[in-house]
Amino acid sequence: MTVRISDDAVAIACGADAVAAAFMAAGVAVERVSSWGMQWLEPLVDIDGVGFGPVSADQVADIINGKASSLGRIADHPFIATQTRLTFARAGKTRPLSLDDYYATEGWLGLAKAREMGAQATIDTVIASGLRGRGGAGFPAGIKWQTVARANGNQKYIVCNADEGDSATFADRMVMEGDPFMLIEGMAIAGFAVGANKGYVYIRSEYPHAIAKMEAAIKLSAHLVAPFVVEVRVGAGAYVCGEETSLLNSLEGKRGEVRAKPPLPALEGLFGKPTIVNNVLTLAAVPWILTHGGDAYAAYGAGRSKGTMPIQIAGNVKHGGLYEVAFGITLGELVNDIGGGTASGRPVRCVQVGGPLGAYLPPAQFHLPLDYEAFAAADALVGHAGITVFDDTVDMAQMARFAMEFCAIESCGKCTPCRLGSTRGVETIDQIIAGKNVEANLALLADLSETMKFGSLCALGGFTPYPVMSAIKHFPEDFR
Amino acid sequence: MASIADILAEHKGREGPLLPILHDVQKLFGYISEDAMREIASVLNLTRAEVYGVVSFYHDFRKEAEARPVLKLCRAEACKARGVETLVPIADSQSRIKVEAIYCLGLCAVGPSAMVGDTVYARLDSAKFKTLLEAM
Repeated sequence: MTVRISDDAVAIACGADAVAAAFMAAGVAVERVSSWGMQWLEPLVDIDGVGFGPVSADQVADIINGKASSLGRIADHPFIATQTRLTFARAGKTRPLSLDDYYATEGWLGLAKAREMGAQATIDTVIASGLRGRGGAGFPAGIKWQTVARANGNQKYIVCNADEGDSATFADRMVMEGDPFMLIEGMAIAGFAVGANKGYVYIRSEYPHAIAKMEAAIKLSAHLVAPFVVEVRVGAGAYVCGEETSLLNSLEGKRGEVRAKPPLPALEGLFGKPTIVNNVLTLAAVPWILTHGGDAYAAYGAGRSKGTMPIQIAGNVKHGGLYEVAFGITLGELVNDIGGGTASGRPVRCVQVGGPLGAYLPPAQFHLPLDYEAFAAADALVGHAGITVFDDTVDMAQMARFAMEFCAIESCGKCTPCRLGSTRGVETIDQIIAGKNVEANLALLADLSETMKFGSLCALGGFTPYPVMSAIKHFPEDFR
Repeated sequence: MASIADILAEHKGREGPLLPILHDVQKLFGYISEDAMREIASVLNLTRAEVYGVVSFYHDFRKEAEARPVLKLCRAEACKARGVETLVPIADSQSRIKVEAIYCLGLCAVGPSAMVGDTVYARLDSAKFKTLLEAM
């Protein structure tokens, strides 16, 4: 009997350590593995492939004695069986820091393939895969790599953006906590492809478990990626450092203020050197692409959105967790069919897609396919593909106010539309909520949003109008 | 590491050493004092204003000691959708624990969530939250 229990942050926060201790106290060996991503079932106990969950420590004796009812085979659960897991192929199955487990599941094959085919062929493979940056901007990864490869400079860097600050996103955290060698392999492939010998993983301080796993995994695999060297750097609670130029300033030991572009980080990035800045999911997709080929990856997806996207279903949802699937699935399928509607049992009133800078969408928009272009056409963004579900008790005027408040708290202060506009936005929404000059203040807010959208240096000020204006557009009754 | 000098010696040769230094200083003392900023500036050949600018920019760094235990409560959208705002009056009704807002712990399908030190808590409701505060 092999008992597997996740040791990722969600499982631990839900009491997995106590459950594991109860099994061990009963003389049963426990393997701590990555999470399957079915978070409503955590702590999930996996006994020879059969699932039990959510389990508390006092249920352990019944499970051991065969008296507890199971969820059936985990791999056959509809939430898992309907996914296309490329990046999360190992989720729930391997011990995060076991090199043996990683080797046994196609580990290091992508790096070996890259070394065998050479740097330019590696870049060509990534270009052929159609992989686009998973951090939100959706820029073609292969083109970025090609730019850095061609840039002059004897020192180049690979920077992994692991400052996953958007609410409703946790896929980066799950990669780092559950499959850290995959991310290291992806970074090593990038380093080999562009001629960089140093990589930094910039992880937010709110993720202590991810930091610990990455540091341990880097030590264990140093000899395998050499001469490439990877180092973890820890953020300090600034949301804006998820913006790539702000992140570079933070890595250099400066205030995390946004830089004007150009110059592009690909040409003048960390310490002024050519630098690839890629999100965790972008780099984590690379080993699979090298192992199976660019065309195999491009065979998944829709339109210009190729491959799979690890979607994060969160908030007030019955079945929340990590759902990796090819682009093109509709919002309604994700929220209602897979997510099962709200956890509260009340009607779904809206979802926010793409974190605090993403638009609020009503059920009338649930036909939208998850696709960068389709979302952009609907004044929304895919972002890091986090979906927050709200029930009908949500007050959209308060959510619009929070979007402005969050921008004010997290603004780096460099550009005026974001620094001042966000505070003026909070004040204007307060006037609207108080019922003062509502129509005039709504017009003022629309004007302010335009200024922020077109006048801000980065996406923080530039995209904060999305949640604000979408809330007003789709839920006008909450503002009047 | 027992002193700022030890921390500086440990990190001085790294690229961009300031954030790792500040993290270690705060871990050792609980905050980053003006004297500490002066010493760091002198060794890294920065101005005091530059070091102060960095310390004051990041939400994690404290310039003054915090005598009370600290709990970080996530108040981002996904935790709001799951009812974190109903816990705020409980936090406000006491003063023994400092309850700080944090924006996202990545536990967005099992909120409301909180963090004390490096320990994370999820699926908080009023009763669990009160118990957690009382146990601190």
